[in-house]
Amino acid sequence: MEPYQWTIHEARRRLDNKDISSVELTRSVLARVKAVDGAVKAFNLVTDDRALADAADADRAIARGETGVLTGIPIALKDNMDTAGIETTCSSRILAGYKPPFDGTVPARLKAGGAVLVGKTNLDEFAMGSSTENSATGATRNPWNLERAPGGSSGGSAAAVAADMCLGSLGSDTGGSIRQPAALCGVVGLKPTYGRVSRYGLVAFASSLDQIGPFTKDVRDSALLLEAISGADPLDSTCSTRPVDDYAAALERGVKGLTIGVPREYFIKGTDPSVEKAVQASIRVLEGQGATLREISLPHTAYAVACYYLVATAEASSNLGRYDGVRYGLREEAGDLLEMYMATREAGFGTEVKRRIMLGTYALSAGYYDAYYRKAQQVRTLILRDFTKAFDAGVDLVVTPTSPTGAFRIGEKADDPLQMYLSDIFTISANLAGLPGISVPCGFDDNGCPVGLQLIGRAWDESTLLAAARAHEAQTSFHTRRPDL
Amino acid sequence: MEYEVVIGLEVHCQLSTRSKIFCGCSTTFGNPPNSQTCPICLGHPGVLPVLNRKVVESAVMMGLATHCAITSPNVFSRKHYFYPDLPKGYQISQYDKPICEHGRVEIVVDGVPKRIGLTRIHMEEDAGKNLHEGLGASSHVDLNRAGVPLLEAVSEPDLRSPDEAVAYLKKLRNIVLYLGICDGNMERGNFRCDANISLRPRGTTKLGTKVEMKNMNSFRFLKQALEYEIKRQGQVLDEGGKIIQETRQWDTKRGVTESMRVKEEAHDYRYMPEPDLAPVVVEKIWAESLRKAMPELPDEKRERFVSRYGLSEYDADVLTASRPLADYYEAAVTVFDGDPKATCNWVMGDLSARLNEAGTDIADCPMTPGQLGGLVKLIHSGEISGKIAKTVFADMYGTDKSAAGIVKEKGLVQVSDTGAIDAIIDQVIAANPGELEAYRGGKDKLFGFFVGQVMKASKGQANPGMVNERLKEKLKG
Repeated sequence: MEPYQWTIHEARRRLDNKDISSVELTRSVLARVKAVDGAVKAFNLVTDDRALADAADADRAIARGETGVLTGIPIALKDNMDTAGIETTCSSRILAGYKPPFDGTVPARLKAGGAVLVGKTNLDEFAMGSSTENSATGATRNPWNLERAPGGSSGGSAAAVAADMCLGSLGSDTGGSIRQPAALCGVVGLKPTYGRVSRYGLVAFASSLDQIGPFTKDVRDSALLLEAISGADPLDSTCSTRPVDDYAAALERGVKGLTIGVPREYFIKGTDPSVEKAVQASIRVLEGQGATLREISLPHTAYAVACYYLVATAEASSNLGRYDGVRYGLREEAGDLLEMYMATREAGFGTEVKRRIMLGTYALSAGYYDAYYRKAQQVRTLILRDFTKAFDAGVDLVVTPTSPTGAFRIGEKADDPLQMYLSDIFTISANLAGLPGISVPCGFDDNGCPVGLQLIGRAWDESTLLAAARAHEAQTSFHTRRPDL
Repeated sequence: MEYEVVIGLEVHCQLSTRSKIFCGCSTTFGNPPNSQTCPICLGHPGVLPVLNRKVVESAVMMGLATHCAITSPNVFSRKHYFYPDLPKGYQISQYDKPICEHGRVEIVVDGVPKRIGLTRIHMEEDAGKNLHEGLGASSHVDLNRAGVPLLEAVSEPDLRSPDEAVAYLKKLRNIVLYLGICDGNMERGNFRCDANISLRPRGTTKLGTKVEMKNMNSFRFLKQALEYEIKRQGQVLDEGGKIIQETRQWDTKRGVTESMRVKEEAHDYRYMPEPDLAPVVVEKIWAESLRKAMPELPDEKRERFVSRYGLSEYDADVLTASRPLADYYEAAVTVFDGDPKATCNWVMGDLSARLNEAGTDIADCPMTPGQLGGLVKLIHSGEISGKIAKTVFADMYGTDKSAAGIVKEKGLVQVSDTGAIDAIIDQVIAANPGELEAYRGGKDKLFGFFVGQVMKASKGQANPGMVNERLKEKLKG
């Protein structure tokens, strides 16, 4: 096994044992990036020099015995997280060349924790999409099948982990943007409870839905990485001050005695049969470990996609107002101010981003606000209530497929936004309800591409989520499989 | 036709907090462009606002001072428009759940008290400033002011004349000054207002079409602009025309209002709740502690001045119209509390005149309340006459000398010694036998002549009361 193939906890053990230095580990990872990223195109930017400098720092820290969980571990960041002095583009022309003058809270915590920054990964522009095709830098490929999409919007971060180009990575999830690509790339992806992780320095798409979370090769790593980035932040008023659980300690708690809800609205026609089969098999695995299965209903599920595309686009239309060519990023020179605004935004944003800005602007317009935005907020409450009722009735976790299909071909849905939106049909509700969700590898579809199992938990109860995911993982070997590249 | 004027004011007060409303940048005025900015107030990608607690406290205090209900939880909203001085493409403000609602302010115009309804007070951030002058063809943006906290207070359309509008604006300014939450500087725009004005035939109740007048930054301009607008609208209506709903501005040079934009050009601000800030909860206990920490407000102070110092309503009103003036008065009275009315006369009379002459603010008054109190005390005790006091006041102003010191130094002590006064009177009577005879012959008016002579002979230092008394006695013969 090559060092770049290690999990975070395996690398930690080896680094602590001095079997290898962080510089050597980092070199192994960078060489892997060089070897395969030409085909996968997961990275917008590989920060070689920074990575080696971080690694050298980490080695000195290790020599001094000042070792944290992430000291010396090569990690990649989705390119919508602000990194001081390092280009942060959101895969948009409008931010081409933009170097933030500050680190976001999560990048800062990684840096302080001694992590090694490998680079910034590709995404659907401003995290708007489910395939990582809507990118100004070009589409990322699924490492399992280069003709297929890795999912999105955090496709670069998912593919980077799946292709062993980093030991772990971070993505952001607004409607499934961590869990869906994790499923399609065969890795573990976790979206924390809204407010568990600071959003300061995460370029906003939809502020009330966005949440940063980890991509990892197994569940233990997910727990480690989540713990490293979680917790209160004075720079984010929506970030909770609740103490952070010891997630790693909860990992081996198992599922015995847990009640797992199987919502009938998530097992519907339209889901690929091979996906459904893999998911059902995994549900039996959980049952076999002692969980009690219970069929439940989340009756407002059918409205989730519509609700999401009103809330998310409304917030996006607002959040993207700042890209006006005045202070940073792209500016198209023009005769007067209004023309400059229009030319800059016309040239700077891609089609999907423009579509969402228009949808959101419409939803917030005078005379439409009540019918659209306010109504969507009300539906959002109903969706949360569905989950709360289930949890109140004794359900500990809800299990669903992560996505109705495995990886689709690049271009297949690119011209059909509605079809693309349905790719997130199973993941959106957790964002609307603010609940934590995880996707773990649970098999392969008829195309030989990975399938993901989604678990959704109670707010703030990532521990149970991780314990159940680990119980499943302990009985399966899907997470150990890697694509041939 | 005779019209009734209907006016409502929207007042913006810049709060005197040290840091901005959503970041730690300084709010100091006058520093080089963009020197007081950070990624947050520059609207960089990924930044988030964090609410300055002082802003909430200021808003709550202003709400309590104007008898508002405090809304809890109240929420921030985003108000969207594109302009280079607005870094995020939206202003964080409050929309449908402002922090204060349903208040009132008492004004007095021509001695008639009136209650003006306050619809709401809300918190918001200020925008930056576009700079066009001296930069050739280009424009620059200074974002030092972006994110400076503002309170906007919106009145009900309860004002019926320009004088009422001015009285209301003065009252509101006085309140924020008393609370110490805003410096009230109108020239800099730290305290400014927009006015909505419409006319309707007297006796009718339906509101006429209103015109909004922007950014009035002096009481005088407000009054002039409203008077102009009343005349203009009256003429339009008299000629059978219709008032266009529009925004106008006062041209200070030409003395006219001009149209800025008509309603059709108005923005759709697409308000939405601000998802980056949690609703602001104002716990009862917090509001109560703020109420307790609030200074005495103008109305309370005025009433206390009347009851405690025996001042007239008018005097108390003038003194409390400015907190520094009221504070000065009270400090002077504290030094000498024997004659509060006399102290009031000195403050409102000679001192104010002297300050006005030099254009000096009471806060920068070169004469301390202690000095003035000392002067009043000397008069009250009869050590100096009112006339000498004027001289002492003039000598004392601008120095750190005490009234007693000057009196001593210049030998101005009033002569109240009967013997000394009698001696001077004897001299004067001896020197004016003709007048004495005429007086005794019934020419009473000559009494004044003798008083003048005695005072002259005593270089003004003789106690006038005693001179009167002794002179009457002596002239009888």
